[in-house]
Amino acid sequence: MYRTFRRGMIIIAASALLAACSSGGGGQPAAPKGDSTGVTATEILVGTHQPLTGPAAAGYSEISPATKAYFDFVNAAGGINGRKITYKVMDDGYNPANTQTVVRQLVLQDKVFAILNGLGTPTHTNVLDFLKTNKVPDLFVASGSRSWDQPQKYPHTFAYNPDYTVEGKILANHIKENFAGKKVCYMGQDDDFGRDELAGLEKVLGASGIVERQKYVTSNPDVGPQIGALKTAACEVVVLATVPGFTALSIGTAARLAFKPQWVVSNVGSDYPTLAKQLGANKGLLEGMLAVSYLPSPIDMSDPWTAMFKKIHDQYNGKAPFNGNAIYGLSVGYLFVQALVAAGKDLTREGIIAAIEKGGFKGPGIAPLRYAKDDHSGYGGQRMTKISADVQSYFGKVFETDSEGGPVIEFTGERPAPPTSSIPS
Amino acid sequence: MTLQKHLIFTALGGIFLFAVTQQLEPFRNYQLATMAAYLCATAGLTILTGLNGQISLGHGALMAVGAYTMAFAQNGIGNLYLSLLLAMLATTAVGAIIGVAAARLRGPYLAGLTLAVALAIPAFTVTFDGLFNSEQGLPVSFTPPETLPIETWQALTAGGSALLVMFLLANVVSSRFGRAMRAVRDNEVAARLAGIHVARTQVLSFVISAAPAGLGGALLAFLAQNVSPGAFSLTLSLYLLLAIVIGGLGNLAGAVWGAFLLVALPDLTNSLTEGITASPELARKLDGNLALAIFGLTLIVVMLVAPGGLQSLVQRISHRIRKGRNHV
Repeated sequence: MYRTFRRGMIIIAASALLAACSSGGGGQPAAPKGDSTGVTATEILVGTHQPLTGPAAAGYSEISPATKAYFDFVNAAGGINGRKITYKVMDDGYNPANTQTVVRQLVLQDKVFAILNGLGTPTHTNVLDFLKTNKVPDLFVASGSRSWDQPQKYPHTFAYNPDYTVEGKILANHIKENFAGKKVCYMGQDDDFGRDELAGLEKVLGASGIVERQKYVTSNPDVGPQIGALKTAACEVVVLATVPGFTALSIGTAARLAFKPQWVVSNVGSDYPTLAKQLGANKGLLEGMLAVSYLPSPIDMSDPWTAMFKKIHDQYNGKAPFNGNAIYGLSVGYLFVQALVAAGKDLTREGIIAAIEKGGFKGPGIAPLRYAKDDHSGYGGQRMTKISADVQSYFGKVFETDSEGGPVIEFTGERPAPPTSSIPS
Repeated sequence: MTLQKHLIFTALGGIFLFAVTQQLEPFRNYQLATMAAYLCATAGLTILTGLNGQISLGHGALMAVGAYTMAFAQNGIGNLYLSLLLAMLATTAVGAIIGVAAARLRGPYLAGLTLAVALAIPAFTVTFDGLFNSEQGLPVSFTPPETLPIETWQALTAGGSALLVMFLLANVVSSRFGRAMRAVRDNEVAARLAGIHVARTQVLSFVISAAPAGLGGALLAFLAQNVSPGAFSLTLSLYLLLAIVIGGLGNLAGAVWGAFLLVALPDLTNSLTEGITASPELARKLDGNLALAIFGLTLIVVMLVAPGGLQSLVQRISHRIRKGRNHV
């Protein structure tokens, strides 16, 4: 036994040594004015965690290639301040356990400048503390959880999506005005995504305004029991706080149970081309589905921003479909470049955070971007969309609101035309 | 005598661990810490399966018990060492319950029972989401020391715990109880005739194997600063079993190999997929599955080349070198 044990020790020693050797050197050149990890004279390295596989891959896996396409476009034009953007995408399969591993790899091993657009509420929530400890800019998180907007607690984290409570309030506002007296129900993801959305609904409709509440987990693709309960409760309007795969599952399952309520879907689970692809021959079930959005519509080529993105998309990401996910990824890339430009030539982590907190970004979105020193939330409003005759289009006013008790009001701010070079300056 | 040697080597291991953690980069320290956490579980499992002949597909779930206990203790009380201890105690209790049932079952039935455990415990966290917060999981808060980098501290804590586990298990293996475990594995009737209480030995073996698994789970939660059911799926249980078979069943040194592979193989696959410039579609398909494929391939190759696992291969080689030296 002693021998076995001794061998054990030898192996531990050997593997540790191996690890030591393979890690190599690579000290950080400490810039005098701040932390410029991941930035060289010719390159900016940013990383992200995305669900390229797993239960949320449907639709969302198309976001990071679109962001990368925008960076490729900018790089081809010479980059920003002479620096090209390298975007390292890691797959976490929408599993929080994987997220914390891949983010550690990006930050500790690859030494990225920032984490950009890390996707998912349950996934990203679990790396907030780690990113804070390492003082890594955590920019434009791809989710609407209210956790991202805590400048006191997480000074490096900035949201991108309108938060789910804001979204819930805007959806509820529409329901209140157009479906008065109908039985309103809710089905959502069993995490902060669903909870924040429900909180928004309840702020407008009241707790008693929601007749039935159901929840799902992404590891269980059987939503039969939940949809059955919604049918039993005779729901007439069902609000879904679901990722695209589960929007399609819910609508498909309901159809099998001959249950056809008015669907009202969260922005993140409502992209028509994505859902239509999931439902295949049954895409007709999506007819009449209501949702919200805040970015240019992928089918509206009269929108100059859509036209601009389409051109870049066709050139650098042509094989992928040009849908809401592509627009989203391209818009995130655009905002990041805006932030880089604002941060100036001497790029540091402190500098980019200060630049974003200064705010004032106007871009593809139709709602206001709220960044300020004491506000790290992203877009602050949305506009309703409806699917009719295979086309998802905007209708009505653009609304904005807060995530507290404030009213849902019309947003009348102007959106600038895109720059002729398609690169912010 | 054995005890002394174990003590000496544990002390040497401790010194070595300290020296290595000072040298490594943060990410390597994090990987070393993860390996140490896995080592706790694989060491426990290899004793159970290799020395006592009980198969367990549920050690991943036992790790989850440890991890969640860690989260509750850490967020409630906040003393790291107390939390680790509590996690181990809670898992010991759960292990005892499963062990009592397991002692009545053999072969595929035992595998079936532990498989149920592996599936049920993560499902618990979804069913009782008010307490466990479903798939999003719970944060594990702690205050890192200010004097050394957080990853170094994590590697020291996890490595120290693993050393302690190895020390204790090495003593169990060479003790009277260790011999009883082997006797029960080889022939229950003969063991009974020799005056060994078979059922008691089996239950105790399960408990002894569960406790370090719980500690390993708690360490994983401590490293990740959070705990979620996705980290403790059935795949983890299967990986643990694969790891100890590849390393060499019933062999503590083999458990080290296993833990090393659990950390190294996913890392290797990552660098592999990065090296290949595959189409996005293919890369997407590879990303999730390549690690599993490589693990399976490793198992097949190791079983063909060295049926006794990697450790037996090492033994064979070192034996041959020694023999060769004697001839000269």
